[in-house]
Amino acid sequence: MKKYGVDNVMANASNQKPQDVYFFCTCLVDLFVPEAGLDAVALLEREGVRVHFPEDQTCCGQPAYTSGQPEEALAVARQQLDLFPEPWPIVLPSGSCAGMMRHHYPTMFKGTADAAKAEAVAGRVWELSEFLVRSLNFNRPDCGQSCSVALHTSCSARRETGALSATRSLIQGLEGVSLKVQEHESECCGFGGMFSVRHPEISGGIVRDKVASIAACETDALITGDCGCMLNITGHAAKIGRPLNGKHLATFLLERTGGKTAAEGKL
Amino acid sequence: MNQPLHFVPSDEFRQRAQAVVENPALQKSFRGAMDFLQNKRLAQFPDDVALQRLRDLGEAIRQYSLSKLPDLLETLEAKLTANGIQVHWAETPEDANRIFIEIAQAQGARAVIKGKSMVSEEVELNHALQAAGIEALESDMGEYIVQLADEKPSHIIMPAIHKTKVEIAELFAERIPGVDYTDSVDELIQIGRKVLRDKFATADIGVSGVNLMVAETGTLCLVENEGNGRMSTTVPRIHVAITGIEKVVEKLTHVPPLLSLLTRSATGQAITTYVNMISSPRKPGELDGPDEVHLILLDNGRTQAYADPQLRSTLQCIRCGACMNHCPVYTRIGGHAYGTTYPGPIGKIISPHLLGLDSTYALATASTLCGACAEVCPVRIPIPDLLIRLRTEAYKNPATAGEAVRGAGSAYSSVAMALWHGWAATYRYPTLYRLFTWCASRLRFLTPRKQGGWTRNHVAMQPAKRRFRDRLNRP
Ligand code: SF4
Repeated sequence: MKKYGVDNVMANASNQKPQDVYFFCTCLVDLFVPEAGLDAVALLEREGVRVHFPEDQTCCGQPAYTSGQPEEALAVARQQLDLFPEPWPIVLPSGSCAGMMRHHYPTMFKGTADAAKAEAVAGRVWELSEFLVRSLNFNRPDCGQSCSVALHTSCSARRETGALSATRSLIQGLEGVSLKVQEHESECCGFGGMFSVRHPEISGGIVRDKVASIAACETDALITGDCGCMLNITGHAAKIGRPLNGKHLATFLLERTGGKTAAEGKL
Repeated sequence: MNQPLHFVPSDEFRQRAQAVVENPALQKSFRGAMDFLQNKRLAQFPDDVALQRLRDLGEAIRQYSLSKLPDLLETLEAKLTANGIQVHWAETPEDANRIFIEIAQAQGARAVIKGKSMVSEEVELNHALQAAGIEALESDMGEYIVQLADEKPSHIIMPAIHKTKVEIAELFAERIPGVDYTDSVDELIQIGRKVLRDKFATADIGVSGVNLMVAETGTLCLVENEGNGRMSTTVPRIHVAITGIEKVVEKLTHVPPLLSLLTRSATGQAITTYVNMISSPRKPGELDGPDEVHLILLDNGRTQAYADPQLRSTLQCIRCGACMNHCPVYTRIGGHAYGTTYPGPIGKIISPHLLGLDSTYALATASTLCGACAEVCPVRIPIPDLLIRLRTEAYKNPATAGEAVRGAGSAYSSVAMALWHGWAATYRYPTLYRLFTWCASRLRFLTPRKQGGWTRNHVAMQPAKRRFRDRLNRP
């Protein structure tokens, strides 16, 4: 059983820099925020890693799993298990989906014929920032103008991966960037997948406060490693007419360290 | 959104929640109170390694106790009886109330003074007593306020946390005869105390909850800060304790770690002002204590949770309230919106056993699964996993839902199921998925402007012009 509240730093950090990785882009990035995925791939490739994108990937199954539809979740999750035949790390630009595959796959598949496969996949899953820091020792000089950012770490990234400290250290490694901490920084943004649709009253109250605390920091950008949180926070900010400049961590890192981003402004 | 939008949670719950979310004064006061409690707790756990060890211990003790629950309850009953404490078993709230009233009537009791007890709220003892013509007065300051206002507790540790000082001042002036308006906290407390002191002297029965019961020694442990718990359990002639069957531990040595976790997690205190260890009625030659001590042990659905290997962890709870203090949902909607005796994350996971999933599944869906509760829970209850499990039970087809949880299958809808089937059918076949997402991006101009609950708070989501996979340059 997973233990909440402990530092979930991955034990599978190795001394050898991997040459190949699988990239699981997540369904949200594929359809809604492709730039985040493209920038993540660019970051990885610039570090000399060959990035493999299994074309048959779809979704980790989380929407059904958290909605109490384990059979549907299992059917979709099972489809992902065969996509990673080589023993390479599997990198995701999302703490939420990484948490799903790493922590929930073993439980979901327990007692099924695919249990061993699921365990093996789960053990190779990395959230992007965590992979950059712990496996690739990412260390590129900042070449952007000085700016300030706020950071939002998704709850899964915070509690189910080692992304919290990794993301912070990546941002703190950028000389020209000052990181401002919003009030109640560790609190959920209120997204929760289907929760935001089923309980808009409550979800709206939470994201309202999140947007207010970030806006109060008056930073140049809001950085997050999860597109779900980003769409929630910036989507609400836009709705109330106080737009926030939300950027996926991959995009921000790439742009600060002299890479060419895919976005050209549009996120 | 490319996921089915199908769910309409219980309207009443949503309306109550909305009313609180849109009330700036309440938002401010909940936030302030929760921040205060969070900080108090944090100050008690400066060393995270030590905290995690203590949580491991707390979890282990509670799991061990539950693993032997039937045996421990038998031992407990034998020990308590040997100590002179009368044990009563109540399967339902009605049983508990009936037993209580029988005890009261046998003694001709007319007035009852109550220490804080969430289980007495759970069975709605005050109502039952009123109906039987017995007066019941709450002696815990928070409970007293709530009773005076004719409300229910909104928090399991701080029952009146939803009330501001001014509201309490007005309430006192309006409802307590001969009291003038004052918003000095000290004066308010003195006023309350005076009313209660008089009642302690005249009540026939004192009621209390129980924090832990020790099987080996037959001891009831009760922590509190106001001294009203000690008064309720010693001054009146009869003491009736009421609690759930899960509160038992085997040994006295199991108590200190759990109490330490409880008080630090709940109110940020290293220990409460009073720790009561009750092991018998007054013995010959003793100066104080009641002539009779009774313990009512309530099941009320707990054995249902107990019977399921995963749901059993619900019963590890020591009712510290930390989960609600850290919950972004509780912070927004407060305790009353839940509509159940136990609000917050613990309420979401325990209420389905007490009340049935049919009437409570909306609560299980009202969570982002952020995990803040599980992160602070002193006995490591995996609350988000339990919420997912309860959602699963709720959405099962009633025909095959099984009997693990009463009310399973009550949220089932064939339309929703068809949508999920459709979703899974699309996402499990890469070709279909590609076709679907290709269409969604090429036909993005057809994306609906209104997207159910989403566009209430957000601008509409629109697929990108070209998907990630279309833009990824691959040879
Ligand atoms: S579930 Fe855990 S945190 Fe919540 S009241 Fe029970 S013991 Fe405390």
